[in-house]
Amino acid sequence: MTIYARLSKKRGKVLIFMDEILKILDKEKSNISRAKIAQMLGTDKQEVADAIEKLEKDNVIVGYKTIVNWDKTDREVVTALIELRITPQRGEGFDKVAERIYKYPQVKSLYLMSGAYDLAVTIEGKSMKEVALFVAQKLAPMDSVISTATHFVLKKYKDEGIIFEDDEKDTRQVITL
Amino acid sequence: MIDYEKLISPVVANLPPSGIRKFFDIVAEMKDAISLGVGEPDFTTPWSVREAGIYSLEKGQTHYTANAGLMELREAICEYNERKYGVTYDPKKEVIVTVGGSEAIDLMIRTLVNPGDEVLIPEPCFVCYKPCTVMAGGVPVPIETKEEDDFRLLPSQLKAKITDKTKLLILPYPNNPTGGVMSKSDLQAVADVLRGTDILVLSDEIYGELRYGDEKHTPFSAIDGMKERTVVVNGFSKTYAMTGWRLGYALGPERIIKLMTKIHQYGIMSAPTTAQCAAIEALKNCDDDVEEMRQEYNYRRRYIVDGFRAMGLSCFEPLGAFYVFPCIKSTGMTSDEFCQKLLEEEKVAVVPGSAFGESGEGFIRCSYAYSIENIQEALRRIEKFVQRHTRK
Repeated sequence: MTIYARLSKKRGKVLIFMDEILKILDKEKSNISRAKIAQMLGTDKQEVADAIEKLEKDNVIVGYKTIVNWDKTDREVVTALIELRITPQRGEGFDKVAERIYKYPQVKSLYLMSGAYDLAVTIEGKSMKEVALFVAQKLAPMDSVISTATHFVLKKYKDEGIIFEDDEKDTRQVITL
Repeated sequence: MIDYEKLISPVVANLPPSGIRKFFDIVAEMKDAISLGVGEPDFTTPWSVREAGIYSLEKGQTHYTANAGLMELREAICEYNERKYGVTYDPKKEVIVTVGGSEAIDLMIRTLVNPGDEVLIPEPCFVCYKPCTVMAGGVPVPIETKEEDDFRLLPSQLKAKITDKTKLLILPYPNNPTGGVMSKSDLQAVADVLRGTDILVLSDEIYGELRYGDEKHTPFSAIDGMKERTVVVNGFSKTYAMTGWRLGYALGPERIIKLMTKIHQYGIMSAPTTAQCAAIEALKNCDDDVEEMRQEYNYRRRYIVDGFRAMGLSCFEPLGAFYVFPCIKSTGMTSDEFCQKLLEEEKVAVVPGSAFGESGEGFIRCSYAYSIENIQEALRRIEKFVQRHTRK
């Protein structure tokens, strides 16, 4: 349950409404108009616009992104998942070293993990060599990094909840009672 | 040469054909037609349910089940109904698993109706009650529900149609095609009319989980004193997007379920085993999937009602199922004409209200079991059409 959903139980309608907006934005294409959301929720455009502005300001809506299937373009994109084992720093835990890592533009995502390793880093580059060099020259030498394991992505089937080659067609009869 | 006309049953030969056949034929030829004409969910069955079906095949569950259905499924059905609605049924005696809700409807009518018995059918409604009654030798008695009453069945209308031949009342709510619902107090008013009579009730609650607005669905059997006279028909098709699995069920008094099971045993044997195994997963673990779909329908419902009203058509706010039933009388066309011309001129398929009984004349049924994009495009085309044809 999201923070907003939990809050909404306490604070009534406004937050339920915001949570519904978030759900729609999460599911639909991010360019969906305010007017359309308003129709779907049975409210007016201005109310939706105000709510979204507030959600953006509060950093609840962190950003909007287009999911690209780079395999369908001429551009060569290589993605790798890198497992990092880290020595946490006294007083700062993993946050400081995490910050040093996520500031690199090559780093597309960074998660702190439970289990066999500590940080999961997603790197994008133009070639395997570029990615490998980034790991070797930037990540591995950091003081607190104990070990790295690099896994290259061979094919993306689904990303951010979106199936890349979705061939589900509407196979229903055109009219049924 | 055999003259089949001499041999076939006149009862069957005289059943009216489906009101949508001709649209179906036209639309099949069209390339870029879009449709709001479908009476089933656009969602695919939740993956965990499909997976449970596949797993049952892997395990080799490929045999008949008990006539009334797998005991585990019947137990799950009873648990579900108790958990959701607080109505208790005995899985051994008061449940039968059928091939879709439609089979349960047919079984119930055949079990009860003697030649000449009258069956009360609120209209507009789904198309099967009338022919099932006729095939059982009964007499269908339509009750016309009205837009200004939110297409509810009013106690006064019911009272007016009861005779000493009345055997059965059909309660088709939430309603296909109108999207109308009966609130708890509406049902109580109907119950007050029935109390003290011997009239039984077939409550078709296949859309029961698809309710919008503040009030949740109340089964008719949950109304005080009504359980003993009610067979509730429900199923998996609409709630879990499982139309193709063909699985429904009926809950009711032991004696009636027993006789329904007898007919089922001779005609069907048992509902498909794979579907039954999958349905157990649906009942036990898919509340969240259902809620997700319901919420999505709700977005589309508001969107499409808004769209029809914006183009100047009167559109009753449906609180159930996944249909809207806008009134097209302002165009001066019959619903049949409207739908045919709309298909020819704008290539949008919708269903004429008249397909659901005479009182559906002047309305069209539009399903919103489609993506918002599809609904948006359909509304755009319908608006163009309505503007062109509305009398100034």
